[in-house]
Amino acid sequence: ENHKRMGHLGGSVGSAPNSFKKSEVECLIRLFHSLVERANVRLNNFGLDRNAFRAILHSVFGMTDDMLMNRVFFAFDKDNDNCINAKEWVKGLSVFLRGTFEEKLKFCFEVYYLNGDGYISQEEIFDMLKNSLHQQSSEEETDEGIRELVDITLKKMDYDNDGKISFADFEKAVKEDKLLLEVFGPCLPEAKVECQQLKLVKGTF
Amino acid sequence: MGVALTRSAQWTAAGYGTRTLEITPLNEVILKEIVMFVESFIYKHPQEAKYVFVEPLEWKTNLDPSAFESGYIVSETTVKSEEVDKDGQPLLFLSVPHIKIRSLGQLSRLLLIAKDRKLKEAQACIEANRDPVTKILGLDYNTVKEDTSTVNILDKITKDEDPESEIKMKVGMLLKQLDLHLLNHSLKHISLQICLNPTTVKNDIELLKHFSGKGEQTVLESIDYTSDYEFSNGCRAPPWRQIHGEICYVLVKPHDVETLCVTCSTEGVFLNGGKTEDEGEINYERKSEIYKDLVTFLKEKSAKFSENMSKQVSLQNLEISYAEWPKASCIGNKRKREERKKERKEKEKKKREKKKNEKKKREKKKRKKKKGEKKKGVGEGNKSKSKTKQNKTKQKRTTGEYLLILKSAEKIEEILSDSSSENEEDEEPPDRRQEANADLPSEYWQIQKLVKYLKGGNQTATVIALRSMKDFNLAQETCQLAIRDVGGLEVLINLLDTDEVKCKIGSLKILKEISHNPQIRRNIVDLGGLPVMVNILDSPHKSLKCLAAETIANVAKFRRARRAVRHHGGITKLVALLDCAQSSAKPAQSSLYDARDVEVARCGALALWSCSKSNANKEAIRQAGGIPLLAHLLKTSHENMLIPVVGTLQECASEENYRAAIKAERIIENLVKNLNSENEQLQEQCAMAIYQCAEDKETRDLVRLHGGLKPLASLLNNTDNKERLAAVTGAIWKCSISKENATKFREYEAIETLVGLLTDQPEEVLVNVVGALGECCQEYENRVLVRKCGGLQPLVNLLVGINQTLLVNVTKAVGACAVEPESMMIIDRLDGVRLLWSLLKNPHPDVKASAAWALCPCIQNAKDAGEMVRCLVGGLELIVNLLKSDNKEVLASVSNTVSNNILLYSMRHLAEAISRCCMWGRNRVAFGEYKAVAPLVRYLKSNDLSEDVDNCITIHENGNGAVKLLLGMIGSSDHDLQEAAAGCISNIRRLALAIDKARYT
Repeated sequence: ENHKRMGHLGGSVGSAPNSFKKSEVECLIRLFHSLVERANVRLNNFGLDRNAFRAILHSVFGMTDDMLMNRVFFAFDKDNDNCINAKEWVKGLSVFLRGTFEEKLKFCFEVYYLNGDGYISQEEIFDMLKNSLHQQSSEEETDEGIRELVDITLKKMDYDNDGKISFADFEKAVKEDKLLLEVFGPCLPEAKVECQQLKLVKGTF
Repeated sequence: MGVALTRSAQWTAAGYGTRTLEITPLNEVILKEIVMFVESFIYKHPQEAKYVFVEPLEWKTNLDPSAFESGYIVSETTVKSEEVDKDGQPLLFLSVPHIKIRSLGQLSRLLLIAKDRKLKEAQACIEANRDPVTKILGLDYNTVKEDTSTVNILDKITKDEDPESEIKMKVGMLLKQLDLHLLNHSLKHISLQICLNPTTVKNDIELLKHFSGKGEQTVLESIDYTSDYEFSNGCRAPPWRQIHGEICYVLVKPHDVETLCVTCSTEGVFLNGGKTEDEGEINYERKSEIYKDLVTFLKEKSAKFSENMSKQVSLQNLEISYAEWPKASCIGNKRKREERKKERKEKEKKKREKKKNEKKKREKKKRKKKKGEKKKGVGEGNKSKSKTKQNKTKQKRTTGEYLLILKSAEKIEEILSDSSSENEEDEEPPDRRQEANADLPSEYWQIQKLVKYLKGGNQTATVIALRSMKDFNLAQETCQLAIRDVGGLEVLINLLDTDEVKCKIGSLKILKEISHNPQIRRNIVDLGGLPVMVNILDSPHKSLKCLAAETIANVAKFRRARRAVRHHGGITKLVALLDCAQSSAKPAQSSLYDARDVEVARCGALALWSCSKSNANKEAIRQAGGIPLLAHLLKTSHENMLIPVVGTLQECASEENYRAAIKAERIIENLVKNLNSENEQLQEQCAMAIYQCAEDKETRDLVRLHGGLKPLASLLNNTDNKERLAAVTGAIWKCSISKENATKFREYEAIETLVGLLTDQPEEVLVNVVGALGECCQEYENRVLVRKCGGLQPLVNLLVGINQTLLVNVTKAVGACAVEPESMMIIDRLDGVRLLWSLLKNPHPDVKASAAWALCPCIQNAKDAGEMVRCLVGGLELIVNLLKSDNKEVLASVSNTVSNNILLYSMRHLAEAISRCCMWGRNRVAFGEYKAVAPLVRYLKSNDLSEDVDNCITIHENGNGAVKLLLGMIGSSDHDLQEAAAGCISNIRRLALAIDKARYT
């Protein structure tokens, strides 16, 4: 029965975005609890802490960049209690797995601006890109390269020339070229992974 | 001079019409040398000057007949030399402005007559006769000449006793020397150029190879490339070395020094670190000074080389100026034989010594060869093929045969040559690399930086760099080449092999843009980009599929690429893309998804359109089940989709089984429907498709039944878009082959419009317009209409063109018109008949045949036809000469002309014609097949012509062939023919008896 539903869902991805069916939500919650149980045997917590969440991001969604995973955690953790509860989990995953373009846009922006002022600053960009070049001949050279990449992105995305990227800037740039959605690092599951995980999530429960 | 002309002379790039010699110092030197050689020939080699060429050298001269004086029979427009060959044909024949010369003596004299215009004449001659040596000595001789040294030719002379072939050999010898002389000159010239490029290096090496080999006289023992694989830019160095300006590496073995491994780069030539023993890798490090070219380098390194090099030059100078050739050759002969004996002994010694070394070498070579051959399979092999094709296309272009014509007239050739058509980009574009020291645009450095990030960045940095690269103006060549020159292409292609979807998308977006550049396309193929892109076609990502297909569409503009697509299974995958639109046609799917599927199908069609220009791909598309899918897509209303779909069908419709499938799939109906579209490109493709398909009567009827003729006729009125006009006129041409269609076209007033298009149109339009008129004029009303619209004058005007396909169509149209006596009068008055006669001299057999057919009605309808024929200078001779032709089509039409118009020939000529046909044994058979002689004989009998004494004498005198043939005819099952033949023979016998009687009494 699950498989049938799966097939149906798989086919309608994108056409009916945004919401999970009730049964699917139940599935997700059950999954959440089992994950929580597995992660917090000792702590007796009611949510996923950062480490546990990162482990999931890594094992289920194939993410590798620690810094970005932290940022994804903060984006999931709406109430800033350093712990992801069931509601945050379902909400977050709905963007992850079923999000519309707008939702994903918003989510990515949230991941990228961290200090809460509503802008992605030059320093933040530098921070996010600092590991993006393999160590070249000297540290200086690598730094210079990264600075250059920062300039390139700013030049590309900072439409109002205020030295930082506002949501409006970000939206405009990404709408022009979708490749820029995850411009400062992967923070969404890859399309391929997305499909598989959806099946995994549904199929195993 | 063959080699010098093809290799050293600098010809202009293929353009419209015949290629001409560029005005360069080198060409001027070559021309002057040739002129000097020819001019003095008559004095230096009087014997050889009389040698009659196998084929005449023909060209358009600027000389006036009045310039010729003693020794020539001069009329107002013609000149004949008094010097004739064995058959009494003049060795020089000028019929303004065409001149034919058949001996070197006459060439000499002509140059003397030309005085200060002799350079111009020589140039014209060489331009018109691209392979003079073959014409002079015949085809078989030329091949002998190619691979042998002087020694071998001398050898042949001594073996051959026949005096005539001996002279021929000497002429060949002299020409060969001239060739070497010219090559030397060009060598000197080339060595003056300081900056080297792949072509000069290649020429140098070719030249040296020419002078290399075993023996003491050669300049080198051997010279070979280290790599058999040549990149499209002419370089053989691997790409990463090409960046340093290196062109190729050569292993040179001089007589007196060990093998040298040499680097040829743009800066010059130098010794490198040599090839390592085991790996065969080259140590690229420079180990010597840089020399300006290979010859200078070798002169410095090998004393023997420089000695022999100067000997080569002086020897030739000596021998060419040697006045008495026969003696010289005899002395030379003995001397050389002795030398050869010595040589042989020495060689044997050396052989023993070298055996060990050689074994090693051979093994190495084998290994090398194996490697090379593998590469060759993909590279060189294709190349040589594509080169022959290149020649073909060039020839075609010189006569202005473009796509339409090609498809109609050269079906057979097309099948043979795998590829059919359109802007075949087989000419390798000259590779322009930006030189390292030149002033580079700022983009270059920026792009270089980005490529660095592509190479050294993770996915995020890569995407940013790709995105930034896309912001450059990728349509601009500097940017395209900059990406390649800094090694960006390799990285972009490598990215396609990763798992990162975003990187692949970014990379493809760039490749898609820069692959508009022909050079980049080739580089992409060379770097193995196509298989990777073909793999991406399987990806679940629609946007990736689209991009890959679009890029393939851009890259597959040349044959090698198209073949690569097929060999990697790309055709099947592309055809599968067409299926997307169908499966998503189910309801309950959002329009967004539908649109994306349509886009995938569109991109697939786009790529198939590019690929479908190779015949093998057409077949592959069909086998992959492409036709029904294309037919399905044809029902959509998206213009963007329809253009590539119709484009693919149109290309494929050159194949018989496609045309059948097109009929079966009811595609014609949709083609006709889309003719009414607003989109010009779509109209063009539809018209092209109809043009292709309308070879078949049923299809022509279908076009009419679906109402396709009217839109075609109305599209004729828009003449601005020449490509579309060509396609539309082509479609009209093929459709009008059916009578009903021709009538319809008259109703739609297309005939008048077509006549209006007879002037001021490009050739590809003209060919079709004239073709259409030729078909339409098979009908009486249309003939009258053409005359009334004043179509005859422009038609006759076109008889003087040079485009063969056009001439075939024009002669056909004129012939069709000439059926009407009234039209005939006009044609005659316009001098059309004379022009038709002169077309019998056209070198192209199709033109000859078509002209001969056209002459039939002309002569029938001309009032004083007999007079007309007689008046035409040499007309009859021409006809009779054509009987020698090997081309059956020509024979058939000529014999038709002959038999339809026997009345016109003076009796003697007729009889001569018969007996001549009989003399060429082979033709006799062909003639019998076409029943050409039979009507002649029948005619002879019916008019009692054979009773005319002269005729019988002619027949009798011209040998027994005629009688034999007549005897054969007595055995024919046709009673009338039997009787006629028997009558002829009896007349001949009677005459012979009478003669005998007269003799003995």
